[in-house]
Amino acid sequence: MNAGPILVFGEVEDGRAAPVSLELASQARRLSDAVVVLAYGSSTEGVDKAFASAGASAVHLAEHPVADRLIGPFAAAAMASLVGAVSPRAILIGATYTGRDVAGRLAVRARLGVIANVIDLMDKDGRLVALNTIFGATQIVESGFTSSSPGIFLVRPKSFEVAAHEGDVAVSRLEPPTDVQDSARIIESHSETSTGPGLEEAPVVVSGGRGLGDASNFALLTELARLTHGSVGASRAVVDAGWVPYSMQVGQTGKTVKPTVYIACGISGAMQHTVGMKGAKNIIAINRDQDAPIFKLADLGVVGDCLTVLPKVIEEIKARQQQG
Amino acid sequence: MNITVCVKQIPDQSIPSELLPDSWRLRRADVNAVLDPGDEYAVEAALKLAEATGGEVTAVSMGPARADEALRKALSMGVHKAILVTDDALEGAAALVTARVLAAAIRKSGGTDVVITGTESTDGYTGVVPQALAELLGSSSLTFAKSVETGGEGITIHRQTDTGYQIVTAPLPVVVSVTAGANQPRYPSLKGIMGAKSKPLEHWSLADLGLDGEAVASSQRVFSVVAAPEKQAGELISDDGTAAGRIVEFLAQLKVI
Repeated sequence: MNAGPILVFGEVEDGRAAPVSLELASQARRLSDAVVVLAYGSSTEGVDKAFASAGASAVHLAEHPVADRLIGPFAAAAMASLVGAVSPRAILIGATYTGRDVAGRLAVRARLGVIANVIDLMDKDGRLVALNTIFGATQIVESGFTSSSPGIFLVRPKSFEVAAHEGDVAVSRLEPPTDVQDSARIIESHSETSTGPGLEEAPVVVSGGRGLGDASNFALLTELARLTHGSVGASRAVVDAGWVPYSMQVGQTGKTVKPTVYIACGISGAMQHTVGMKGAKNIIAINRDQDAPIFKLADLGVVGDCLTVLPKVIEEIKARQQQG
Repeated sequence: MNITVCVKQIPDQSIPSELLPDSWRLRRADVNAVLDPGDEYAVEAALKLAEATGGEVTAVSMGPARADEALRKALSMGVHKAILVTDDALEGAAALVTARVLAAAIRKSGGTDVVITGTESTDGYTGVVPQALAELLGSSSLTFAKSVETGGEGITIHRQTDTGYQIVTAPLPVVVSVTAGANQPRYPSLKGIMGAKSKPLEHWSLADLGLDGEAVASSQRVFSVVAAPEKQAGELISDDGTAAGRIVEFLAQLKVI
């Protein structure tokens, strides 16, 4: 068994540690006493404390040297130098856009395999074993790396809880990498801000799919989300159709959500979508097709038309709230 | 501008997928296979770039011999020529191996200005091949493109981010990964389908690419596959006018209203 530490990519955005990176530091601590984090971002001031209290035993801070360059290729080079320096047992990277950029380039640089879509990670007889689900989460796959060389586990956000940790942490600075083969330049950045809680934090997510018939009917979802202090999501089909921005997409290529209640409106429940929402504590589904696979996941399934049911739901909630 | 588009043939996703019990590899042999729908966006983006710059598009794929069908589909959409890397030693190849093979094929084909890919395959969805390809080819990478245009320093894209998008530009050579929905993939015309039959489609082996067993050895392994515990069936009702009331009651019970 390789006795090296677990190396975690600590994504830092706008001076804050990405939630998935903290989740990975905590899981790494459950598996090992030696947890090395590379905290990489434009400003890493103070993030060592966040990583330390999530479980890091060592934090390397690296400042992104050029603001208008994409993080991925630079962070991959920095990770590769750490892989050489600390000989890790495994490398954990969160499956964000930047995380995927880092994993692909790091795999080549350090000649490492990649196991993606990881939702759990455990130690079995000294070997790290990853779980991921396939075929609409009906099958669970256990996999790992065969050789003594480490590999990259690309982990879906929200797979692990962050646990508070107290202990010594060694903090050091890492010089920014210079051997980067990438000349992409960021010209502008835009956010598609929405009001209310973020999709990934909201206790209620109201999501819409093709069954809504038309983009304008998303107004019903927005209203229901407002009344439940929730957020609005969407299936890939309607994002592809241009009804709503990609930032609202829930699923394999979109966001992973685990709200208290997920309300799927006019969503059939393709695997692409269900991997992003099946962790919801309660699922309500409304669909005209009684054979829609979404009903297999639903705690409460309604065979009916969203455009008939949703206005009544909104009306009844309003009536209750006026009484209350 | 010379453009290469990387594509994959996958089992038709409208049919439930299955794993082979002995190897835990995807059952592909006797299953209807299609060009990955995610790759159609990459093909469309490649054709648009070629039309704008007067260049040629080469489609490159790795897979069994029958993956010809997926390449014919790309050719019928307007791609000029196609290369299939096919070799028994590549069965079950992982993402890094796939990237190595595609990079070697692109080099052997004489290199390219722009490589276009999808963001991940719809069947395996590891999602790191574009970035690995860029690193192997010494290219810049423009990942998660919602739109692709010529201009700026070479290619300029709108790049998807967690909170919105960025406008990013890179000089050539560059690898661009295109998100689903980035464009409207064209349907092959009858003329395109007829024409595709006479377009060049070559088969290359690992030996043709000068790759040995070590370059394509995989370091990862599936230990087991088990059925996920089935979720207990919930309450299913037909809307007879009272369903809204039941939903509101359920939401109240969960204390979210």
